[in-house]
Amino acid sequence: MLRLEVRPQPSARWGYASPVLALAITVMIGVLLFVMLGKDPVRGLEVFFWEPVKSVYALSELMVKATPLLIIALGLAVCFRSNVWNIGAEGQYVIGAICASGVALMAGPDTSRWIVVAIVLAGVAGGMAWAGITALLRDRFNANEILVSLMLVYVAIQVLNYLVYGPWKDPNGYNFPQSKTFEAVTQVPKLMQGSRINIGLLLALAGVGAVWVFLFRTYSGFAQVVGGLAPAAARYAGFSSRKALWIALLTSGGAAGLAASLEVAGPIGQLTPYVPVGYGFAAIIVAFVGRLNPVGIVFSAILMSMFYIGGELAQSRLGLPKSITGVFQGLLLFALLACDTLIAYRIVWKK
Amino acid sequence: MTTPRLQLTQITKRYPGVVANQAVSLQVMPGEIHAVLGENGAGKSTLMKIIYGSVKPDEGTVAFNGREVHVRNPQEARALGISMVFQHFSLFETLTVAENVWLGLDKSLSLPEVSASITGKAAEYGLDIDPARPVHTLSVGEMQRVEIIRALLTGPQLLILDEPTSVLTPQAVEKLFVVLRKLASEGCSILYISHKLHEIRALCNACTVLRGGKVTGVCDPREESNASLSRLMIGAEPAALEVRELKTGEVVLNVQRLTMTSGDPFGTDLQEIAMNVRAGEVVGIAGVSGNGQSELLFALSGEDRGAPVGSIQVGGQEASQLAPGQRRKLGLHFVPEERLGRGAVPTLSLAQNLLLTRRDAVGAGGWLGLKTLKAQAVEIIGQYNVKANGPTAAAKSLSGGNLQKFIVGREIEAKPKLLIVSQPTWGVDVGASAQIRGEILALRDAGCAVLVVSEELDELFEICDRLHVIAKGRLSPSLDRADATIEKIGEWMSGLWDDAPDHRENKVKERADAAT
Repeated sequence: MLRLEVRPQPSARWGYASPVLALAITVMIGVLLFVMLGKDPVRGLEVFFWEPVKSVYALSELMVKATPLLIIALGLAVCFRSNVWNIGAEGQYVIGAICASGVALMAGPDTSRWIVVAIVLAGVAGGMAWAGITALLRDRFNANEILVSLMLVYVAIQVLNYLVYGPWKDPNGYNFPQSKTFEAVTQVPKLMQGSRINIGLLLALAGVGAVWVFLFRTYSGFAQVVGGLAPAAARYAGFSSRKALWIALLTSGGAAGLAASLEVAGPIGQLTPYVPVGYGFAAIIVAFVGRLNPVGIVFSAILMSMFYIGGELAQSRLGLPKSITGVFQGLLLFALLACDTLIAYRIVWKK
Repeated sequence: MTTPRLQLTQITKRYPGVVANQAVSLQVMPGEIHAVLGENGAGKSTLMKIIYGSVKPDEGTVAFNGREVHVRNPQEARALGISMVFQHFSLFETLTVAENVWLGLDKSLSLPEVSASITGKAAEYGLDIDPARPVHTLSVGEMQRVEIIRALLTGPQLLILDEPTSVLTPQAVEKLFVVLRKLASEGCSILYISHKLHEIRALCNACTVLRGGKVTGVCDPREESNASLSRLMIGAEPAALEVRELKTGEVVLNVQRLTMTSGDPFGTDLQEIAMNVRAGEVVGIAGVSGNGQSELLFALSGEDRGAPVGSIQVGGQEASQLAPGQRRKLGLHFVPEERLGRGAVPTLSLAQNLLLTRRDAVGAGGWLGLKTLKAQAVEIIGQYNVKANGPTAAAKSLSGGNLQKFIVGREIEAKPKLLIVSQPTWGVDVGASAQIRGEILALRDAGCAVLVVSEELDELFEICDRLHVIAKGRLSPSLDRADATIEKIGEWMSGLWDDAPDHRENKVKERADAAT
């Protein structure tokens, strides 16, 4: 009989191996799924794992999708490490998108290119403000931040719908629920011709460095992490839990807002009800699969981006519904949680 | 020849990395009070868990009343007639005494029947308890009575008690001993686990000593001395501490009229605490845990800032509203009772754990000097003789005693003006205890004010110059060690120090003054 036995010390090796094993299990179940749906599993795997990387253009598209995931997940890593459970990055993303669009819509043909800075800052501020509601309610009334932040996602989506169906609807848009297309001057500068990658990617990579330094090399980062690992020790040390709560939520809210502004003033170029595509939720998985470590999150963001692109391709190439993306995301998180057991336990064979 | 009630033969139990018990044999006769003596980590608890069926031995046999048995779980143990009273009570605080006992029994009895049998057993053994009271209103001693009655109701032939006196006043210990002797005289065997030598010599008529998982001696404790027993237990006698003359300076900690509501619904509110600690002296606070110690320490350390303005002064400065970090700047350093999770972050390294209370390695802009941090940790590890796998070892990988040495070292090396230590040697082995007490005394001689909160009277008598007793959230007047006796402190632990009516009137008057 197989039994789980507690390891004398958690295995550092399995800390790294667990996400890899989880990915392998996800692929295996994916193959099974393709077979059961009557599709060629080799073709299925190709769509998910080869097509997104087979050309420079495909790779650039991979990065376009990975950028917002990476930015949001970095913020969430700070948040989750502080033991603050912000599940509502999606809502903060939506409000960030709205605020960024508000500024972008003000631009005329002869506005300066510097408006991009204002757009991005507005997005950040919007995300922070939305996360700030959660922080305030938690701070003042000890309301559960998981529920509050999650519920605020749906409020944010209604605000978005109100704007695009109402005041911000494009008068020349044939009554489609969308704002008018932003002026070209509002476009976040692209990195190279012929691809959709913009400076957001550089901001994201700078964010990786910044979060890593903050968490592992600064005193405030240390205080933040201690608050998450051992609240009683943080209290003993004198690290304020209120400050940690606000830092955590404002950082993750700001990150979500930043990602949103780069999207609306980048690849999308207008405000539509289809702005929220679940990046805020997917980033939770990205953060965990990346072990809440900024460097790990880079890899998991790319992986998650593959699932997004793979899901879209599966729709056109294999005739599968797009929700296959969600299935893969769920499988990966589920497998990871199961594999993490192996960090603290080992399997032994006993009669 | 009588058959032994319990016979363990060559019991071995291995855990990953350690051998908890190695070829341990133990024999308990009917009606015997048998002590199992050993330091923390000697393998006592594992052995008891094997007898009680919650752990399976790798090798060896257990025989009960001459018949070999394989106890697979505690239910089977109880069916055989083995009962156990654990050190940490398993009672539901919101339920009544009778309901708690009822939960542990088989379901054939009704609640009134259980109440009746509790009253019956209680009367039989002089264990006064009201079955209808909710458990959270009971004192710790009373909770233990509930646990013992619950054990007795199963009609045990062997009763195991794990460190039963660690939470009791000396008077309550005496009462417990009367009950245990009566039980033994009726033929029930008792296994008494402890590391308190005088108790074992007063109560037990047989003793098995464990050290490092092995039996190091079987003796009759009544014929042994404390010294001979401790030699068996630790292998060598701990170095004696020399007490030096007292050179006190100015008042470093001054607490006046500290009245505070506990943050914990089952906690103890503090009432009118008044005390001071001067430079160069060690002041002790005795008392059974749960009488307001943790609340007082929270208020002193700044972890709870609910103390009234003006009630706490450190080095002549008002400190009652300051955060822990600000108090540290005034020279107040604190070693809490809980090492893992409060005094140290379990998963972080020793070097990182320095940052909780020390900022010497924090550079401009909050940048961490990792090299400085590591060097500091290495220094403390060396100087305080901490057994650890270097400065990068996680705090939780250290044994309790070694982590305590590290934390004490961390606070002492910060050169405090006032050191507050809670339970300095709780769960720490004898050698490390002596070392920690020595460090505390050296600090006192260097002119630091020290406040020690402890449950161990022996320890307080050994290191303190003055003593207070805390009971039900009130603090007794101070008592010079020369005037303190175990009996007096024991009496004060039940809160009986101001029964004189004039004293009480003074208190009322004081409060009226404070109100106007």
